[in-house]
Amino acid sequence: MGQLKDRIHPAQLGLSLGAPLAALAIAAVISSILLLVTGYAPATVLSTLGGRLGETNTLYDSLNRAIPLYLSATAVAIGFKMNLFNIGVEGQYKVGALAAALAGAYTNLPAPLHILLCLVAAMVAGGLWATVPAVLKVKRGINEVVSTIMLNFIAISLVAWLYTGVFKDSAKGDLNTKTKIMPKSAWMPDLLTSGSHMVNSFIIIAGAVGVGFYLLVWKSRFGFQLRASGQNAFAARTSGVDPKRMIVAAMVLSGALGGLVGLPELLGDKHAYTDTFSVGLGFDGIAVALLGRKHPLGMALAAVVWGFLDAAGRFLDLEGIPREIVTIMQGVIVLAVVIVYQVAEQISERRVAAAAAERLEIVAAAA
Amino acid sequence: MSIQASTAPPAVELRGIWKRFPGVIANHDVNLVVGRGTIHAIVGENGSGKSTLMNTLYGMHRPDEGTITVDGTIRTFKSPTEAIAVGIGMVHQHFMLADNLTVLENIILGAEPTQGWRLDQDAARATIAELGETYGITIDVDQLTEELGVGERQRVEILKVLYRGAKILILDEPTAVLVPQEVEELFGNLRRLVDDGVTIIFIDHKLDEVLQISDDITVIRAGTTVATVKPADVDRRILGELMVGSELPTPDTESSTVTAQLELVVKNCSAVSAGRTILDDVSLSIHRGEILGVAGIEGNGQLELVEAILGLQAISGGVIELGGVDLTSLSVRERRHAGIGYIPFDRQRDGLLLAAPLWENMVLGYDDTDRYISGPWVSVQKARSVTDAAIERFGVKTPGNSVPAFALSGGNQQKLIFAREMVAEPKLLIAAHPTRGVDIGAQAAIWDELREARKAGLAVLLISADLDELIGLSDSLLVMFRGKITAALDPAEATPEQLGMFMTGEGQEVK
Repeated sequence: MGQLKDRIHPAQLGLSLGAPLAALAIAAVISSILLLVTGYAPATVLSTLGGRLGETNTLYDSLNRAIPLYLSATAVAIGFKMNLFNIGVEGQYKVGALAAALAGAYTNLPAPLHILLCLVAAMVAGGLWATVPAVLKVKRGINEVVSTIMLNFIAISLVAWLYTGVFKDSAKGDLNTKTKIMPKSAWMPDLLTSGSHMVNSFIIIAGAVGVGFYLLVWKSRFGFQLRASGQNAFAARTSGVDPKRMIVAAMVLSGALGGLVGLPELLGDKHAYTDTFSVGLGFDGIAVALLGRKHPLGMALAAVVWGFLDAAGRFLDLEGIPREIVTIMQGVIVLAVVIVYQVAEQISERRVAAAAAERLEIVAAAA
Repeated sequence: MSIQASTAPPAVELRGIWKRFPGVIANHDVNLVVGRGTIHAIVGENGSGKSTLMNTLYGMHRPDEGTITVDGTIRTFKSPTEAIAVGIGMVHQHFMLADNLTVLENIILGAEPTQGWRLDQDAARATIAELGETYGITIDVDQLTEELGVGERQRVEILKVLYRGAKILILDEPTAVLVPQEVEELFGNLRRLVDDGVTIIFIDHKLDEVLQISDDITVIRAGTTVATVKPADVDRRILGELMVGSELPTPDTESSTVTAQLELVVKNCSAVSAGRTILDDVSLSIHRGEILGVAGIEGNGQLELVEAILGLQAISGGVIELGGVDLTSLSVRERRHAGIGYIPFDRQRDGLLLAAPLWENMVLGYDDTDRYISGPWVSVQKARSVTDAAIERFGVKTPGNSVPAFALSGGNQQKLIFAREMVAEPKLLIAAHPTRGVDIGAQAAIWDELREARKAGLAVLLISADLDELIGLSDSLLVMFRGKITAALDPAEATPEQLGMFMTGEGQEVK
């Protein structure tokens, strides 16, 4: 038995590592072709991006950017594990961030408790927001892809109405519309700084979320039921797992994690909900989850790669190359990754089946 | 016919066929000669390589070695289309008909006669009528396929193949889904076909049928042809031993172990789905140590009955009790905890996580029992050791507990499911087709385990399409027809023919 495990393992490992590398290589080739067609030199783009690789400043920017991306990816991945496609992280994180901004601004507590309150407020708000598509799916069979997209629009408009109107509290002369600034006890300090570049201490919370994700999905009974339902809903139902309960649980969890996505920026940087808040983190999270194969470590790597492309992409403007080229590259990477993983999975399945059968033949011959 | 056979080349000749799949030699050194205008039976137990061989002949895959000769010409088929082109047709065990089309549409589907760009229904109608005339297969071609019974569907499948010009028909276990009366009808049709020059290759493992219908019998064992015999020269026992290489197991149970203690009681259960009554006032009871067999053609409420007991199907009225406890308001998981084990109708769809390792499959449905968990965590260590013990006890052929379930053969997947349910020591085991598609060794093992558990007081609800298994194992027998229990029989006296009659709704005998 141990032999078999040893025999399958290196090949499996090779596939797990080889697939993302192959995907990146394919993406690089396609991106180069795109660059050539649009009249830019791929070499310039590559050297501009590559030149930033060893830089501390870019590294800090990449890591800092990776924090919300990672949170967003775990939120999406929880849904994926249950075959739910939560496209609503975009809305969930805005709702969560606003809830945290308000809860933090209108209370005054000692530092750790104040931060905790913000975290809880964000998760509750995100979770509640995600309850809507969950209930719609369970009660009325409405596809969560449609309902979460629609709820994104509602969330964005609702949040905008609230922070630009009801809760607007901009200081006189401040050009930015924002909610009331939170007291310092709700601020999260930077962990690493280099000039104007920093990594916020929220990275620790992101790490904890990753560990929690791993334990919950891969080790716990709840995770077992979640994965069983995602793999084969019929068998899970027959085994006594209530599919409706799992849909609601997975969606609410996904929304709760989604609620956290805006908090690194809120607690570590802006300290109020403002009109300069990042957008699109919820959608980027889908890409990072796919790139990282929905695995806590894979997604961490993917988040850093994504963060690096975001951070280094800015330097393309200096070379006269539109930085949107990076967005195209990211899109190509995700497509390449999805296709390559599919192929790798098929190869791996065939290999496992063959190895098992081969091993049985030996057993049969010996008997 | 014998004179003709000596001069004309045989319809099909397979020489030295080898077919390997990753790690499995499905066929080796297979030789087969099928005379024109004969019914040639291929018998062998499940997993012996019959289907692989027929798929080779039908062009589903190419043999690694060996030659296929059809009517004296060596052929290599890249796809079934090429096999069809030389007149080989196959009727699969599972019918492949579109329910929402008429019989006519199903027959011509994929081979539609056209006139310019227009579908020429009249031409199709004429051709089918002519085929029916020639071969004595009559059917109303304007009926919707969903209204047809199983026997009629099979005739449509056969017509469909004949419509494409097949002169060599491969029938894969054609009687598996038929009741005895329908089998007689099918055999009548087959004889008529043979008289008109069609060659039939008939795959089966029901020996009595094979002896009755075929001109020649070729036995396959462990992937190779071991003998070709004439039915006149052998009997059921000899054929069985050729097939298995040893004596055949029987499902018969010895003395009764039925106790006076009631385990499962189903009282006046009804269920409605989409306005249709799927369970109609069903009542039954199973005592401890009793095996209750339920016969019925698939789709007559057996699945719904089982799902109602499990809590997967809502009931509109009635009571279900297990060991005196009312199950009606309990969830599926609570019912299973109360002591219900379940071997599902479709093991891959409802019983397994195919991509997950065996140990996770063992945990499925039992992720809240101490056997597999510590605290909130699933204990990999516990699960693996229970799995190893189960693999050993139930003889699951696998290289280990960490291979994914898809890597196991069908029979071994079934053994794993059986093991998972038995390890939980249920009070009631619902076994749907427990030995369908498993090899004889596994079948004997499952029967043994069932008999043992029955002796220890297990109540079993047995659903099976194998009437010999039903009659042999059961202590009492019920027949279901259109959601109703239409007969209660004593298995000691019941015959397959009698069961068949009740299964088609030709009789009612409710005690």
